[in-house]
Amino acid sequence: MTNVLEGLGFAVDFPEAQTCCGQPAFNTGYRAEACRIARHFLDVFERSEAIVVPSGSCTAMVTHHFAELLEGDPAARQRAEQLAGRVWEFSAFLTEVAGVEDVGARLDDVATFHDGCHALRELGIQTGPRRLLRHVRGLELREMEPAGECCGFGGTFSVKFAELSGAMARAKLDAVRRSGANTVISLDPSCLMQIQGAASRAGMNIRTLHLAEVLASR
Amino acid sequence: MPSDFQQHIHEALADSRLQEAIYTATGRLKDARLAVVADRVLPEYQELRAQANALKQHTIDHLDYYLEQFERNVEARGGRVVFCRDSAEVADFVLSLAKQRGARLIVKSKSMTTEEIDLNERLEHHGLESVETDLGEYLLQLAHERPYHIVAPALHKTRYDVAEILTKRLNAPHDTVPEKQTKLARAVLREKFLAADIGISGANFLVADSGAVVLVENEGNARLTTTAPKIHIAVAGIEKVIPRAQDLAVFLKLLARSATGQLLSVYTSFLSGPRRPGEIDGPDEFYVLLLDNGRTRLLPDRERRQSLYCIRCGACLNACPVYRKIGGHSFPWVYSGPIGAILTPQFMGIAKAPELPFASSLCGACAEVCPVKIDIPQVLLDLRSEAHRRGTYQRVEKLAFGVFAWLACHPRAYGIAARLAALARRVPALSAVGPLAAWLSQRDLPPPPPRSFRQLWRQR
Amino acid sequence: MNSHDQILQQIRTALGRREGQLPPAPPPVRLRVPEVSMEARIASATARLEALAARVCRAETPQAAGAWVAGWLGNRTAVASNSSFLNECGIRRLPGVRSGITDRDELRNLCAACDVGISSADYLLSDTGTLVLLSSPEEARMVSLLPPSHLALLPVHRLLSGPDELFSVLPHPSSVTSSMVWITGPSRTADIEQILVRGVHGPGQLTVLLVDSDIPPI
Repeated sequence: MTNVLEGLGFAVDFPEAQTCCGQPAFNTGYRAEACRIARHFLDVFERSEAIVVPSGSCTAMVTHHFAELLEGDPAARQRAEQLAGRVWEFSAFLTEVAGVEDVGARLDDVATFHDGCHALRELGIQTGPRRLLRHVRGLELREMEPAGECCGFGGTFSVKFAELSGAMARAKLDAVRRSGANTVISLDPSCLMQIQGAASRAGMNIRTLHLAEVLASR
Repeated sequence: MPSDFQQHIHEALADSRLQEAIYTATGRLKDARLAVVADRVLPEYQELRAQANALKQHTIDHLDYYLEQFERNVEARGGRVVFCRDSAEVADFVLSLAKQRGARLIVKSKSMTTEEIDLNERLEHHGLESVETDLGEYLLQLAHERPYHIVAPALHKTRYDVAEILTKRLNAPHDTVPEKQTKLARAVLREKFLAADIGISGANFLVADSGAVVLVENEGNARLTTTAPKIHIAVAGIEKVIPRAQDLAVFLKLLARSATGQLLSVYTSFLSGPRRPGEIDGPDEFYVLLLDNGRTRLLPDRERRQSLYCIRCGACLNACPVYRKIGGHSFPWVYSGPIGAILTPQFMGIAKAPELPFASSLCGACAEVCPVKIDIPQVLLDLRSEAHRRGTYQRVEKLAFGVFAWLACHPRAYGIAARLAALARRVPALSAVGPLAAWLSQRDLPPPPPRSFRQLWRQR
Repeated sequence: MNSHDQILQQIRTALGRREGQLPPAPPPVRLRVPEVSMEARIASATARLEALAARVCRAETPQAAGAWVAGWLGNRTAVASNSSFLNECGIRRLPGVRSGITDRDELRNLCAACDVGISSADYLLSDTGTLVLLSSPEEARMVSLLPPSHLALLPVHRLLSGPDELFSVLPHPSSVTSSMVWITGPSRTADIEQILVRGVHGPGQLTVLLVDSDIPPI
């Protein structure tokens, strides 16, 4: 991601004090713990001009849930609300802030794009990544049928309901197989891990790549 | 030791025929809905959803007023309204009325509310015959089973299952043709309709300004249930009320489309009171039993209140990747799918169904299709917090998240822990331990990279 | 305290409301009545009904309607409602048609034994092909419900564009009838393996006869 952004002329910084957005705690119902993590996030990032995130679910956590999570602390809540406008999921940053669709990438492959649930339904990101991928030279992009179905990760869901999570992943693999793609591309590392893990378990020869990896390919 | 819930899930996942049946049936309903709410077919779809949500919100926020208005208007038309706290009060009323009228045979049209309170069982226990008349529900009644899906109750049954049921319970000759099976059921049920003393229905909507019960169906059994017998009793949750007849212009445009992909279901009945002077047929007596059964407990919390907006279309079931894998019988109560996952813990108390709110990946597909815009994922998250506040969590897990939170607020310690975790992954024995064992049984993790991002960054 | 009072009080306490407190007006529902020509309405209603395996025919006069029905009926037995419109079309006098019954049990037995039930209809909603039947001394409920075939006759000017127009002309159905039924096609089920079967409890055959007539429009 850093390579792509610097290639477009942006100065990139990685604040080393960053840790986590707190989503695992929040989604599992540990609100107090998630609050503490959220405040740390605000401390680390609120002086940044733009925060680019290689994950739809983390972005949605910050932009859509921080304010509600910090409701009990009006000062923190306000900081969260002010920060939200400067937090961008990676593909959205490229298409909306940088205003680019062609980053000069090249990848010879047949791939399909998996819409992670947070990016799709909370952030409304659907056409942006596809526009970016269509400009990747040598890349044939195919759509999955059905599209937009959850890969089954869901954070601690995949731990508490492991068998069910695996069954959902296998349904996703069926859709990948039907598309004929060799590679699955997504915005979310957690989806990629879920799909890749299930694929190797099923003996299926597909690889998963994050959008940033594809866009950095030459 | 897996819980009952986990056991049911395991069994459902292991049954490949069932998997095929649920996935195909819900897939069809899901696609049928999409075809009729698409932008070019129904451009006002999102506007209708917003209106439906606003109407439900307004009504529930002022529920006492609308229930009283409904009651006045039912009584003005010669009907009677009875408020019932729970299943016992509903059953008591029906039994008492049946006794007074010498009634023995009851026909019922499909009603999730009556399933909720096990009405048939109670009536049968007291010697009344209560026959389900919706085809799917009738077959399940014969088989002594619960409905599998809000809208398609016998989704899990094949024609061979149905042939078995009809032969076993009705001594019918073995026939696996659905048309013939339907004709047989029709003939049997017609006799029941025409002989029944009381017809019990549910209600899709209760119209406050009209004192009317609205019934939506495809078969005609609800019409027959509410027309043939001399007594009609409608049993409905208090949340079913809407302010005005014209509000149906919003709700009816959403209900059938969301449920089955039809523009309207075949029959929509708008019934207010017994038959009027001069009307040739229709019931002589009309009762509406308004059921609480825990609904008032959902009212105090503004966020939770939206759980009562549900119009029982079933769209969330068809959209849910979890429901589509585990089906209706995996759920502990009559309401299944995403709506079941939020209603069950709220009606029964979180301690009775502590795992249910966690059986979701929070993908949001349900919220996207809900015609009344219930934010189901938000209620699930709220229930998860409640589960922890009420102590139905595992101490180990709470401890783990406490440690995680501490690490996440202390970057250097977090970095060290991350490096240790990467090293630990190289030790196979550690993967076989604890909750992670199950997680890892479903996936293979890639080997960790030789240098972490942070290490790379520092070397620039 | 009885259940009635207890439940209402519980509701008020939960909502923070006082007894007798009036709510603000409910959100308005704007009924949109589009300008649709009569021919377009007929075309739309016909297309919708035919897609549902119902049949739509048109007669130029009430007399022509009567003749059409006589031919259509053939040898079949029929029960007709006591509708004055059916009278005008001469339906009630046709051989094989029983009509004029006002006793509930007699009518019920007849409907259960006849091949065809003939009724008038108060309206037809053209956007969905939906008949609207209001129960009255002239129109009993059973006629359109028990016999396996249902024939509905109505004057052409009773075609409305849709539910919005219906609620514009009839905002309070309960003030005129105990039963308003909307009929959209023949009875059906898909409860067994999602296979469509028609004529489960209600009529499996539905026919609509639109009649051009001199009766003044609503």
